[in-house]
Amino acid sequence: MSRISQAIRGALLMDFWSAFGLGMRYFFTKKATLNYPFEKGPLSPRFRGQHALRRYANGEERCIACKLCEAICPAQAITIEAEPREDGSRRTTRYDIDMTKCIYCGFCQEACPVDAVVEGPNFEFAAETREELYYDKAKLLENGDRWEREIAKNLELDAPYR
Amino acid sequence: MSDFVAQFGVWGGFGMAVLQILGFVIVLLISLAFLLLMDRKVWAAVQMRKGPNVVGAFGLLQSFADFFKFVFKEIVVPAGADRSMYLLAPLITLILAFVTWAVVPVAPGWVISDINVGILYLFAMSSLGVYGIIIGGWASNSKYPFLGALRSAAQMVSYEVSIGFIIVTVLLFAGSMSLTHIIEAQAGGFWNWNFLAGRALIEDGWPMFIVMLPMAIIFFISALAETNRPPFDLPEAESELVAGYQVEYSSTPYLLFMVGEYLNIVLMCAMTTILFFGGWNPPFELDTSSWPYLVSSLWYFFWFAIKVVFFFFMFAMVKALVPRYRYDQLMRLGWKIFLPASLVAVAVVGAYIVYGAQG
Repeated sequence: MSRISQAIRGALLMDFWSAFGLGMRYFFTKKATLNYPFEKGPLSPRFRGQHALRRYANGEERCIACKLCEAICPAQAITIEAEPREDGSRRTTRYDIDMTKCIYCGFCQEACPVDAVVEGPNFEFAAETREELYYDKAKLLENGDRWEREIAKNLELDAPYR
Repeated sequence: MSDFVAQFGVWGGFGMAVLQILGFVIVLLISLAFLLLMDRKVWAAVQMRKGPNVVGAFGLLQSFADFFKFVFKEIVVPAGADRSMYLLAPLITLILAFVTWAVVPVAPGWVISDINVGILYLFAMSSLGVYGIIIGGWASNSKYPFLGALRSAAQMVSYEVSIGFIIVTVLLFAGSMSLTHIIEAQAGGFWNWNFLAGRALIEDGWPMFIVMLPMAIIFFISALAETNRPPFDLPEAESELVAGYQVEYSSTPYLLFMVGEYLNIVLMCAMTTILFFGGWNPPFELDTSSWPYLVSSLWYFFWFAIKVVFFFFMFAMVKALVPRYRYDQLMRLGWKIFLPASLVAVAVVGAYIVYGAQG
């Protein structure tokens, strides 16, 4: 019996017509496409994008060269060298992140005791050469200055859950 | 052609014929570019995407951008390939796809060559199309193209048999092999179109639509298989054969393959229109004898074009909706269902012609 009903369904193209109805319904629904460079999808405050080194409000860099990020980095993408500054405070002389090694796990920002190194909301930093992706301290501080507003807001939004 | 010779002399007639062909080919290619875009837009819409929308307004120039991309790329010929055959195969596909259009009437009198065995010519040329694919698959000297070519050969041959019988039913109705006569026999309203065969019911009381409606659907499905379209795209099954016979092709040869393939698809839409859906006939008869020649021709061409576009839309929807057949299912459908069904239809239509038809 089931074979007969199956044969009748096949002969009348029942499956095709039901699929056609479904297809036409999708045909006229609102499209899910984003016109990417012009429209962007929403990002979580926890989104882990391009790295940045932050500063305090008075312009002093936050990083105290504790090297916890360097130690925890599973990809060993971070290199830090440090010595005391003239005023006696402990600061980095070198802070490099190899963005080609980084796996964007976010351990560095979790490890940081002073919220100095963070992964910001920027994900559009593709480059033409590998060298451009070897970030040094100046580049990371510049990122921090450029994205400070967004980063601060994201940290504030995420603070209740930490 | 012979009209032109009578009018303009031998060389003038030849020149006029060449101009006519050139005009037809250019219009065909430009409309093909937009049909290709429509194809992609339809799949996109069914999948809730927008489809190409960057090149030109609404992406209207996408096909032209693709054309330039294909043409400017490097032609890669595999080291083991038979170079001449390898480059000949896409040409065969393209040229056969073009020459087939010579007999397709798009409006009354608007046909390059109105030969009296037009349907036979059309059928013969579309059958030869399989050579392009076989040669392309074989000359690539690579395993996926070879498997794809074998599949396509078996598939196209199987479905040509049922297409042949379906065409015979239409021939019996029209009593002529000329495409123009087949279309003229369907004039006078949509109920006279072959898929309803209303004349047989009204004049002779034979409900031939019971036979012809399934024949129209079987013809459409066979056309899908004949042009290697989903759900019968086994020759180029992406998930198993990468791209089948097209694997080793790049750049312009690939473009030629693709243009030939799409020309065949549009041709199959046109054949469905001509054989079963009245060709250029509007759904309701209008007396156009008092209209200017150009206006009435464009009026009929409009109806032909709109039907072709509708069937092309159905081709695209089928691709968007139906999953691919397994190879044994494909063969079962062709030989065990379509072939007997179309044979019975030929017998029934023959019986109607002998015993039912008046005069």
